[in-house]
Amino acid sequence: MTAFRSLARAQLLGWSRDRAAVFFTVLFPLLFLLLFGSLFKGASAPHITLLQNGPVVLFDSMTPDQRAQLNEEVTLVRDDDQADALEKVRNGDDDGLVSQGPDGRLVLRYSVADATRAATVQGVVNGIVQQANQDASHAPPTYVLQASQVEDLSTKPIQYLTPGLLGWAIATSGTFTAALTLVVWRKKFILRRLRLAPVRLPAVVAAPVAVTLLVALLQTAVFLGVATLPYYGLKLTGQWWIALPLVLSGSLAFMSIGLLVGSWAKTEQTATAAAQLIVLPMAFLSGSFFPLDSAPGWLKTISTVLPLHHLSTAMQNVLTRGGGWGDALPTIGGLLLFTAVLTLLAVRLFRWDDA
Amino acid sequence: MTAAIAAEGLRKRYGDVQAVDGVDLEVKSGEFFGVLGPNGAGKTTTLEILEGLRKPDEGSARVLGLSPWPRNSALLPRIGVQLQASAFFERLTAREQIVTFGSLYGVGAARADAMLARVGLADSAGTAAEKLSGGQGQRLAIACALVHDPELLFLDEPTTGLDPQARRNLWDLLREINAEGRTVVLTTHYLDEAEILCDRVAVMDHGRILKTDPPATLVRELDAPTRLTVESGRLTADRARELLAGSGTRADVADDGVTLTIATRTPAPVLALLAEQDALRGLEVRGATLEDVFLQLTGREYRA
Repeated sequence: MTAFRSLARAQLLGWSRDRAAVFFTVLFPLLFLLLFGSLFKGASAPHITLLQNGPVVLFDSMTPDQRAQLNEEVTLVRDDDQADALEKVRNGDDDGLVSQGPDGRLVLRYSVADATRAATVQGVVNGIVQQANQDASHAPPTYVLQASQVEDLSTKPIQYLTPGLLGWAIATSGTFTAALTLVVWRKKFILRRLRLAPVRLPAVVAAPVAVTLLVALLQTAVFLGVATLPYYGLKLTGQWWIALPLVLSGSLAFMSIGLLVGSWAKTEQTATAAAQLIVLPMAFLSGSFFPLDSAPGWLKTISTVLPLHHLSTAMQNVLTRGGGWGDALPTIGGLLLFTAVLTLLAVRLFRWDDA
Repeated sequence: MTAAIAAEGLRKRYGDVQAVDGVDLEVKSGEFFGVLGPNGAGKTTTLEILEGLRKPDEGSARVLGLSPWPRNSALLPRIGVQLQASAFFERLTAREQIVTFGSLYGVGAARADAMLARVGLADSAGTAAEKLSGGQGQRLAIACALVHDPELLFLDEPTTGLDPQARRNLWDLLREINAEGRTVVLTTHYLDEAEILCDRVAVMDHGRILKTDPPATLVRELDAPTRLTVESGRLTADRARELLAGSGTRADVADDGVTLTIATRTPAPVLALLAEQDALRGLEVRGATLEDVFLQLTGREYRA
């Protein structure tokens, strides 16, 4: 027990004094969260700017009420220089140009450079025209469409960014810590020194594992603390704390990957490169940075075998979608099984020293 | 008195290389024992077998009466192994290192502090191990090996890379450690170190021990000529040869323009002759050293 305590203490002291390690395991993923969280903030429907060239009766005859309603979706700007206005639409400064022909026909010019905006600007202008025709007929509409999105109205990018980026942060720190600790301890003969001391192997293994788990919990606390700030507006649902056992089992799973890398790699450089080659593509393929909803099917198939995908999904379920143990337990079980298999493999590859 | 180490017929092969090829070794309790040999002679492998880090292919070893393989937790607390000076946890101070290693043996912080003071590192206790000088690093490594008060201490090239002052400083410490009754086994690149420190020396090459004896005995048995050197100019080489031949003394004479060197097995008449000729200026008399023994035993230059 003393051996475990003092080794864990040595590991924790060493980690906390390593500014690069602290930065890359805690602050770096947090910066991603801050950045993405701000970038995608309120990124629901894009706001449209529309240029009006010459008089357009439809717009000019609007009541102040109608005008105010229009302004929620569209900023309307008068620009009577047609060439200049077209250029602005062409290079993407504005989204559409509306003019009225002598026969009363409305002409809308838009750019397809941004498909979403092109569709939005057509929809908005078409809606205004339909509404005006409807009003002109003085008859009640036969069919009425009421559209609403399936997600809770509070769903924002932060709701999937937080579990995704937190999963990535835990994967990075677990893999790198385990791989580098093993390689450095072997290269610096610390493994040899421990082997020459009357300590039991479990204590030697448990110390860095315990420290990494502690760091994972710290990462979780920092992430959730920042994301729930009013500015980012993450709303945690009911049993969000089930994310903690998920975080711990995820951390173990990635440590087992790191252990395998560290057992195989001879130098820190090799270990770092191998760990990065595993973690970064996995993060992209698991949808840590952006959702995979629009990804091709084969890519989604790959992601179903990646532990990080399951970790992020389960965390998203319990953190923001009101999920409970039913969502978490299969993932925890899977991650622990994954850990057991990889650890067994690592033990077979394990070397006390390089000779 | 039982032997601290008794090994018979140790053999260890790595692939095509027979690293240790039939080593018999006996180290007495309380002895300062040196293992000398060129790089690749099998010194380190032999030590690793005795420390219990490697299993010999053949042969048996008893250390303090116990078998070092498989990992023997009854033996481990009784031996200390000094590893390279860089074998420390990263970003920990000297004191944190030794307290951590001490706790692996159930040794308290007070004993760790005392050990640090003992090797003269009390003032550097708060310094990160990476920032210690080469000599301080070696001292810390030795302190870590001694923190649990072992009976037998293994040192693998402890003074490699140290400046002359740090080396001498460390020699004093090693002598003290041995004087306390601990058995010390040392491998070294330096023949002068072995000559000064060791009670007995084993000369190794090609995985075998060529000879084991006290350094003085090894040198004496070599029966090498004594070399007398004086300043050139007082006496020419030809004149010296003439005079030596005249008095019936066998000697080789050489003069490189700076120094006149006379090598002989009977130095007394040569000295008398040089005195007669008033040619004693800058006189130095040098007997054979362990280096000469080494050259003769291994038949090659020492590859330090």
